[in-house]
Amino acid sequence: MAEAARFAVGDRVRTRAVDPAHHTRLPRYARGQVGDVVEVQGTWPLADDRARGLAEPRVEPVYTVRFHAGDLWGAPAEHWVHVELWESYLEAEA
Amino acid sequence: MTGHPTSEIAVRVRRLEERLIDAGLTDDAQLDAIIGQVLSGSPANGARVVARAWVDQAFRERLLADANSALDELGLSMSTGPRPQRLTVVPNTAARHNVLVCTLCSCYPIGLLGPSPSWYKSEAYRSRIVREPRTVLAEFGLVLPPQTEIVVHDTSAESRHMVLPRRPADTAELDEAELAALVTREGLIGTAAV
Repeated sequence: MAEAARFAVGDRVRTRAVDPAHHTRLPRYARGQVGDVVEVQGTWPLADDRARGLAEPRVEPVYTVRFHAGDLWGAPAEHWVHVELWESYLEAEA
Repeated sequence: MTGHPTSEIAVRVRRLEERLIDAGLTDDAQLDAIIGQVLSGSPANGARVVARAWVDQAFRERLLADANSALDELGLSMSTGPRPQRLTVVPNTAARHNVLVCTLCSCYPIGLLGPSPSWYKSEAYRSRIVREPRTVLAEFGLVLPPQTEIVVHDTSAESRHMVLPRRPADTAELDEAELAALVTREGLIGTAAV
């Protein structure tokens, strides 16, 4: 592990409400949203840094985060959406 | 690549290849090897995995716990691309149906399913399946009971996924190869029941 995982399965997290000028793997529909960590996948080089050609991309834990569709799209959506997110996309949600 | 060697896109691709070869970054043999690996994937690979999981409960449990290791047992691999990929297999049940998408581009388990269908890469599928999956699945001909929960897996990082469909009823008499023949590419993506 290049970095100890900050979050664990079951943690509530909020995705950052950001709009970077560069490539990112944080989909727009999942920005500024609250979800639950359902899996800690391991660590990978951050896609944002790789896409910018940085010589030493940050290596971060990647999490599977579960969002309720009602939160993403509003009622009456009732399914779940799992999104895979690098740690720097996330902050702790009380 | 065969097909339309004089089409505009083929000409552009060839010019790009020649630039890369001239720059010493690759050669024709390496490019042909990569294309061969991509095209060697087939839904038949994914179907083999599913059929084994249907007939062998211990394999099913290993597959769901660590899919990459389970693939090794069948001589399959997620290492056909430039880098090995982590695979997770998500099982359908009566209570839960899974379906795959890559909303950002077209990430897909090519080694297990072969090249992706064009609709998988379409903006319509990518934008709608995360928002109204029950409606989109019905348009594919898959009408789920209202009580079946739907989970959409957006392949946004470096893992890949495959759906493990439910074994159809009345298949107790079929052997593993016959079971594998029932499994479709759409079943492995989650846009069909099997």
